[in-house]
Amino acid sequence: MSAVPRYLLSVYGPAEPTEFGAYPSQEAMLQAFADTRAFNERLQRDGHLVFADGLEPATTATTVDGQGEKTALTDGPYLETKEHLGGFWVIEAADLDVALALAAEGSKACRGTVEVRPFRTEESVRALLAS
Amino acid sequence: MTGCTVEQAITRVHHEEWARVVAGLARRFSDLDVAEEATAEAFAAAAERWPREGVPPNPGGWLATTATRKAIDRLRRESQREAKHQAARIVYDSPPEPTGPVEDDRLRLVFTCCHPALAMEARVALTLRLLGGLTVPEIARAFLVQETTMARRITRAKAKIKAAHIPYRVPSADDIRERLAGVLAVVYLVFNEGYLASEGDEPVRVDLTDEAIRLGRLLRTLLPDGGEVAGLLALMLLTDARRPARVSRTGELVTLAEQDRGAWDRTLIAEGNALVRERLEAVAAGGDPPGRYQLQAAINAVHTNAPSARDTDWSTIVALYDHLMQLDPSPIVRLNRAVAVAEVDGPGVGLAEIDRLAEVLDAYHAFHAARADLLRRLGRGGESRAAYDRAISLAGNPAERAYLTRRRDQLAG
Repeated sequence: MSAVPRYLLSVYGPAEPTEFGAYPSQEAMLQAFADTRAFNERLQRDGHLVFADGLEPATTATTVDGQGEKTALTDGPYLETKEHLGGFWVIEAADLDVALALAAEGSKACRGTVEVRPFRTEESVRALLAS
Repeated sequence: MTGCTVEQAITRVHHEEWARVVAGLARRFSDLDVAEEATAEAFAAAAERWPREGVPPNPGGWLATTATRKAIDRLRRESQREAKHQAARIVYDSPPEPTGPVEDDRLRLVFTCCHPALAMEARVALTLRLLGGLTVPEIARAFLVQETTMARRITRAKAKIKAAHIPYRVPSADDIRERLAGVLAVVYLVFNEGYLASEGDEPVRVDLTDEAIRLGRLLRTLLPDGGEVAGLLALMLLTDARRPARVSRTGELVTLAEQDRGAWDRTLIAEGNALVRERLEAVAAGGDPPGRYQLQAAINAVHTNAPSARDTDWSTIVALYDHLMQLDPSPIVRLNRAVAVAEVDGPGVGLAEIDRLAEVLDAYHAFHAARADLLRRLGRGGESRAAYDRAISLAGNPAERAYLTRRRDQLAG
């Protein structure tokens, strides 16, 4: 358990975004982008940031299944839901309390609900293999 | 030493030491699973050996040592098993060096079990298992779910704590008030589930009320300055003190007004009153204003100090509810306040207040029971009967149903 725990912070947004993405107006969009940028800089400065980015709308996704003899391609996201992954952060945090506090800040900055999920660790993979 | 006294000694030591042993192991091995199972094994060893060998002079120390040995054995076995799959060498966390003032490990365990990232039912189950030392079958029975369901709930919660790295730590000063409120909510939920058993055949489930009070006492030991901690313990004691008078011999609920006050437990009342007094003095001396548990405890103290329902200081109760409504303007608090208002200003005034809650509380049996009673007192028999019918159909507690049925059937006409 020597490595710092990593978490995926995912933000969900509407499947059919407006012309301003998930935001009601252009000002709101620009403000959210600015706040998110500032939040990302803070993550970077405090040594939490591993990676962060936003995604194009889910309508641009292609789903691939390469398990069969012939690869199957489907236009669109894997799950048909009302909300889709819109962006995410991968962060390092000492524990869940730290990750949750950062997620709350990120949620406020990007104007979205954030799901916090831990990554597997070397230790948990080992336990999985042993079970 | 006879078998009986050893058994009693084991029960007592179980109450006193279980949480301490689990908490100590959890810190040392950073693993709740290991802590729980090693502790259970140590108690099983005690149950087997103490009747033969006698109770050791320091039972807590014996259990902690035995449990630590069991935990190390277990980790060794696991690391050997893992070694077969992978050559990776397991590295155990060395216990973190204490940095601040020495904290009771049990307090860390409290905050981990009641972490807000866990669902409420998971918090309750973990708290009863890891702090209360109840077995999985006992907890399953208390919440009327299958044993496998409860076992899965606990396993899943422990797995989340481990995978998500929920910390084993007392929250920082900034967060502690909010987090502590969450802990107290878990304990009070356990108490109410016992006291107001909403399902099943038993009107009061003493196993749960006793356990909640035990947890309340533990929190009081760990956080002696916590006003709401004292308030919750006082509230539970003053409520539980009335338990002997609360259900009649025929299994019917007895309301506060009709209870035999001589049957109330004076020892619990004295203890609860002392806590309420302590808080009143602390608040008067400039401490934090009272929270919801302290106010509810104060309301209960007014009841337990009154010689009869008639001679109760209802104005003070209304004033306390006014205060409570500022903190928690929920319909249930408003309902309780309206019942007290009816005692001060008459049933008509109380009924008018209650009727304002009709929409939000329509599915709540106590709303209809309170209405039925006030309508009866106002001589509106037909409406009262309808309200009793509704209350009976919604009440889950058998003693309460029996009481409501009798009151309905006593209505003239």
